[in-house]
Amino acid sequence: MTQLKNPQILFASDLRDGEVLFLGASGWARDHRQASVARDSAEAAALEARGKADVAANRVVDIYLADVAIGAGGAPEPLHYREKMRIKGPSVRRDLGKQAQLAQAGEPR
Amino acid sequence: MALISDGKFVENDWRHLADEEDLPKAGKIIVSQKRLDDALAVLPADRPLGVIVANTTDPADLAPHFARLALIAVAFPAFADGRGFSLARLLRRAGFTGELRASGRLVADQSVHARQCGFDTIEIPADLAARQGEAQWRAASGAYSEFYQEGYGARGSILERRRKATS
Amino acid sequence: MTAHDPQQAARPNAPTTTYLYDSYDTAFVRERVAEFRQQVARRLDGAMTEDEFRPFRLMNGLYLQLHAYMLRVAIPYGTLTARQMRRLADIADKWDKGYGHFTTRQNLQYNWPKLVDVPDILEALADVEMHAIQTSGNCIRNVTADHFAGVAIDELEDPRPTAEFLRQWSSLHAEFSFLPRKFKIAVAGAAHDRAAIKAHDIGLRIHRNDKGEPGYEVFVGGGLGRSPFVGKTVREFLPREDLLAYLEAILRVYNRFGRRDNKYKARIKILVHETGIDEIKAQVEAEFAAMDRAPFQHDAQEFARIAGFFAPPPYETMPAMSAALEEAKRANAAFKAFVEVNVHEHKTPGYAIVTVSLKPIGGVPGDATSAQMRALADASEKFGFGELRVSHEQNIILPHVKKDDLFALWRTLDAAGLATANAGLLTDIISCPGLDYCALATARSIPIAQAISRRFADPERQRLIGKLGIKISGCINACGHHHIGAIGILGLEKKGQESYQITLGGDPSLSASIGELLGPGVTADQVPDVIEHIVDFYLAERQGDERFIDTWRRLGHARFKDVLRREGEDGADI
Repeated sequence: MTQLKNPQILFASDLRDGEVLFLGASGWARDHRQASVARDSAEAAALEARGKADVAANRVVDIYLADVAIGAGGAPEPLHYREKMRIKGPSVRRDLGKQAQLAQAGEPR
Repeated sequence: MALISDGKFVENDWRHLADEEDLPKAGKIIVSQKRLDDALAVLPADRPLGVIVANTTDPADLAPHFARLALIAVAFPAFADGRGFSLARLLRRAGFTGELRASGRLVADQSVHARQCGFDTIEIPADLAARQGEAQWRAASGAYSEFYQEGYGARGSILERRRKATS
Repeated sequence: MTAHDPQQAARPNAPTTTYLYDSYDTAFVRERVAEFRQQVARRLDGAMTEDEFRPFRLMNGLYLQLHAYMLRVAIPYGTLTARQMRRLADIADKWDKGYGHFTTRQNLQYNWPKLVDVPDILEALADVEMHAIQTSGNCIRNVTADHFAGVAIDELEDPRPTAEFLRQWSSLHAEFSFLPRKFKIAVAGAAHDRAAIKAHDIGLRIHRNDKGEPGYEVFVGGGLGRSPFVGKTVREFLPREDLLAYLEAILRVYNRFGRRDNKYKARIKILVHETGIDEIKAQVEAEFAAMDRAPFQHDAQEFARIAGFFAPPPYETMPAMSAALEEAKRANAAFKAFVEVNVHEHKTPGYAIVTVSLKPIGGVPGDATSAQMRALADASEKFGFGELRVSHEQNIILPHVKKDDLFALWRTLDAAGLATANAGLLTDIISCPGLDYCALATARSIPIAQAISRRFADPERQRLIGKLGIKISGCINACGHHHIGAIGILGLEKKGQESYQITLGGDPSLSASIGELLGPGVTADQVPDVIEHIVDFYLAERQGDERFIDTWRRLGHARFKDVLRREGEDGADI
């Protein structure tokens, strides 16, 4: 078991509707703040194993681990700009995607 | 392995002969390409013989043996590797009239491609057959009533039907 | 009124302006929908794995992207009826988020469909003779053609019958559905190639031999992407009756010998490059000679049947000049500007071709809301025999507008936010969706287009600059066709940041050329400045009415690089 260079969360896409999902403690979440954070290689492997099981169960597709930094409120924030896009939605349509769902729910973005 | 013919699972009376195994005294065997010369030399002329070939095979290499071969199996290393479909066409063009078999992890949805290109049968591994049973193969086989391409399949193309309708 | 009146069944002898399905075509798309419905069910219950499902999902136009699935609807040779456009609007509202994106291959993309809804979407498309067949996957894709087909003043022959003939031939082709990679065909039938045929796997240029018989110059091995190539002639004159057989020969050579070891080296352009055009030509001709051509002997008859559908609409006999138009231009400066930029000469006196720009200043290039789609459908019925075109420049064309009606049309378009007078000008930018949508992208492209558009918003400045094509791709796959933009922009990643490489001198026409790199990548913020420096240099140096590409060719690339080096001395990292 080794320490990871950065903490990681597991991304996936929902097979039925294509939405971005994050593996959390109690299953798949649509909000990245509920993602389980892996801090060492064993935790990362465990996340991947759970993800693979749900790929085999035809629940999700395209699973992968992504590096994050833990933000001020304790939320995992992706480091790469591609994953930063995936937790929000199109930058040119702020009224669509997760950023809009959260805005509707009254959450600050 | 499971064997599909025309959307149905059928008995397979052919057996793949491993290279290290001796040529048997009876039975319908499919030998590998590199074993073919040996089999041709040793087996009696009336013994049904099959060969399994790579999808990159030059049909000219097999043409001299067409009369002797009852079956040619074309290996599909991956179901999305479509070279076997061209090879089937070329083998038929070169005059092969025996059984053409597609062998590999083909999915039911490739029934029509295989049939239209001249394959008679499709041979798939057991684990795949367990997931894609006869109902799926039957449905896939009959998914389309007509095709646009001329010179493929036994049925004739949409273009011919249109022409006959106007004449 | 065309035969596309939804109130009436198609009447066999009624004039049509585009292909109408017969019972075979209808049965085929219905069977395709039924097949896909089963495939989705089998995917959801696990009978098909994702790896097994993927090629079939792609062959029905369905991608998995950054935020959601994406469905690419085929618009064969870019031709749509009003009824079809309305259905696209309805689908956007019912199953997506109220808009669609018109693409650089004349198709339409929805960005938010759910897999479980796609069979119903395909059913709704089949109702109006549309589909999403083979808009993705390692198969033959949408055959594209000149968006001015049938009406261009420089047209030798309408390329759409050829495109429709090939569309049918390539639909569910049993031998060529599992190619090494995608395969794109384009057809040109005019002196000016508006379909960029030399940037396609197969390009077909319609022309006639010395006896006046119709045929094609066949180009092979063009393509953009990681390694851009201009297509090479494999046959100078192919008689029309041999078209399907010859293309089958090319596809067979490609299917057999195209590389399958490396996804980025799998297109036919690589096979041509690595084998040599002479050897490829020899192999194709040998295959063509060895084929049994008897099945094709009646092709001319089917071609004629198809060509019969592409008749001109019932134009009125009009004078070439429209007094009403001239008066309206005098009275309204904005309208005059629209006519001068967005309206093009028509082969029939008294008529015009109108480009409806989907590039409003600061907008998302190529996007249209469902309301705009309906407005376009209505406008086409009121002013254009119910027919529209989608250009690979991501604009909509109304190909049959009476000059007398142009002012009324413009007013209608203006009310719908569709009257931007920038067709072919600098702000008529072609841009792929980029990292805002696409899972393959390395950088965003749309915000770059928006920033350039806002910087050059002034219409007079744009008209002073004249025709200048900017094309932006968000990754090396080059769906924005940046290689053949007079100014091309490629978005990459450099040290964890989005970085933009600029190329100059691309040309999509028959004198095709690939753009040359200007220098190392710059940041998003710097792009509008760089474009401005390049454009200002062009304006200072151009002679007469030289287009940008002409000035660039005359002065040479080094002079343009120098401009930016000088600017760079001020500290900008260029």
